Amino acid sequence: MKTQNSLIRIITRVEGLPVFGVLLLLLLAFLITAPDVFTHPLIYMSFLQTVPPQLVLGLGLTLIITAGEIDMSFPAIVALSGFVFSYFFKNFDSPYAVWIGFFLALAAGALVGYTNGLLIAKLGVPSIMATLAAQFFWYGITILLAGGLQVDIGRVESTSVHDIFTGRLFDIVPAQAIWSLGLAVLLWFILNRHKFGEAIMFIGDNPNVARVMGIDVEATKIKLFTLMGVIAAFAGLLLTIEINVFFPTQGSGFMLGVMAAVFIGGTLISGGQGSIVGTLFGAYIIGSLQAGVVATGVTSYWVQSVMGLIMVVAVVINVVIGEGRMGDISFRLPQWANINRNKPPEVPPQRQ
Amino acid sequence: MTNDPVQPYAVQLINIEKYFGSVCALKNINFNVEKNEIVGLIGDNGAGKSTLVKILTGVFPPSSGQMFISGNQVDFTKYSVQQAHAMGIETVYQDKSLGEKQVLWRNFFVGREITYPFGFINVKKEKEIAKEIMLNTIGFRSKGITVNSKVSKLSGGERQGVAIGRAMYFDAELIILDEPTVALSLKEVRKVLNFVHKIKEAGKACIYISHDIQDVYEISDRFIVIDRGEIISSIQKKDITLIALDDFLLEYAHGLKDGE
Ligand SMILES: Nc1ncnc2c1ncn2[C@@H]1O[C@H](COP(=O)(O)OP(=O)(O)OP(=O)(O)O)[C@@H](O)[C@H]1O
Ligand SMILES: [Mg+2]
Repeated sequence: MKTQNSLIRIITRVEGLPVFGVLLLLLLAFLITAPDVFTHPLIYMSFLQTVPPQLVLGLGLTLIITAGEIDMSFPAIVALSGFVFSYFFKNFDSPYAVWIGFFLALAAGALVGYTNGLLIAKLGVPSIMATLAAQFFWYGITILLAGGLQVDIGRVESTSVHDIFTGRLFDIVPAQAIWSLGLAVLLWFILNRHKFGEAIMFIGDNPNVARVMGIDVEATKIKLFTLMGVIAAFAGLLLTIEINVFFPTQGSGFMLGVMAAVFIGGTLISGGQGSIVGTLFGAYIIGSLQAGVVATGVTSYWVQSVMGLIMVVAVVINVVIGEGRMGDISFRLPQWANINRNKPPEVPPQRQ
Repeated sequence: MTNDPVQPYAVQLINIEKYFGSVCALKNINFNVEKNEIVGLIGDNGAGKSTLVKILTGVFPPSSGQMFISGNQVDFTKYSVQQAHAMGIETVYQDKSLGEKQVLWRNFFVGREITYPFGFINVKKEKEIAKEIMLNTIGFRSKGITVNSKVSKLSGGERQGVAIGRAMYFDAELIILDEPTVALSLKEVRKVLNFVHKIKEAGKACIYISHDIQDVYEISDRFIVIDRGEIISSIQKKDITLIALDDFLLEYAHGLKDGE
């Protein structure tokens, strides 16, 4: 019992460890069911190539959800940034066109995020409404600007931007995997070791507490949404540069998968606590599911159901561990088989 | 009242008024708190106590009036929570003082982190000091609670202890407690009152707001009674017994009813 408890404590202490366990189990399951595919390094390289844009989005969204907010506009930003980049890259006659396009795309993301932030922090529009409206609006604008057409930017392959962000390190490791990992490290330090991150956690926990402790809640939210805009634009850039083409619907399939990655990772929907490490593994869980289930030979119809199942398992594990009820549960398991059990009251310290 | 220039008041309010739109929440508020005086602020729901606290602590400015902190006039156009902290005013609220899902060491320093360059937090230093505050300033001996514990693990009284200890560590001249004992059990209330005694021992001033007259009576040196935005009475503890104070408040409330 003692050793069991200390083991539980270790598991709960190390950030993201349970999610990492889920990822390992998943890969193990794939290794058994589709050994041909999963003993070959190619599949892992392909994960490192396809997961980063969603991972980058998930990292930004982790901060947003930790602050007790939500952002539904990132798919539109992914499209907008891809369009801005391809447009300027194609139509700007300058050797620096690729960099101009790159930074203008980030700026476009910042602009969308900033206006989201203004609506939410200054006018008090709930973030789910403000960003849902932004999603429609900016997605519409992008389609209009692009005339509904894709933009081919094959020439981007010979540019420095392409080599730096989506090249192959040692000819095998996709650069975007390194960039997204680097961003994860940076954002981990921002969230857990910087006063901006501390402000985010306290705002998500209780904005009134944050305010009376001297945090500028409004300014922090505006900065946060602007940052999310830039991060989403960066995800859009990774996507567009990797596949050498902008297509207007890019990013539109990301919404649910990215959210699932964040929640699988253990970030609380109620705010106040977020796990960057969890999101990192969560994104790879989601990414490997899509490719992995297909590789196992079962029909791709299974993907969604398996995803839902994994999400439930991960979230339950996180809830149990997060509330320190692991010991409780192993202790009470027999009791739970009885449907008519009386739920033990879980009274939080007295509150009015 | 003599205003000794050598020993200015911890805080002095002159003709403070506050309107929310056309609603008058405070009018003609004049009062002082001496250094090392504990003032009990009493009044019915909606009397304006919390509004007064928010003005004192820089959450919002008054519509008009002046305020001096330790003899220095406050410029309300620049006054903020941070500035109140810098001038030595700290507040402990019933439920707005601590982030519940956050660990204790973060709660001690949130809003005024000890940082390295570029705003990165010096976690080691913050934890050291938080530990020191818990042991020495507030005498926290609850076992199983460390600086790494989450607030949600603490009892209500312990939470207020943390908030009061934090205020004392930051060298507050005036600590304001706005209903710090709401919904606490008797045992927990006792803990909070003991923390308030420590404020007095440390030579600091305190404004204590509570609907529990017995607690207010025990803690305070003086009582200020506020009703519908106005101060109606200021009574030294030595001039009144608990029973007489209780009677006064009851009679006053009845008097109002009869008058209406
Ligand atoms: N932000 C606000 N906007 C408008 N009216 C307000 C605001 N804050 C307080 N009031 C009004 O000001 C009056 C005083 O409220 P206040 O919260 O100061 O009372 P209180 O004495 O603290 O009461 P309680 O004992 O219930 O806490 C009330 O009539 C309240 O409705
Ligand atoms: Mg009040």
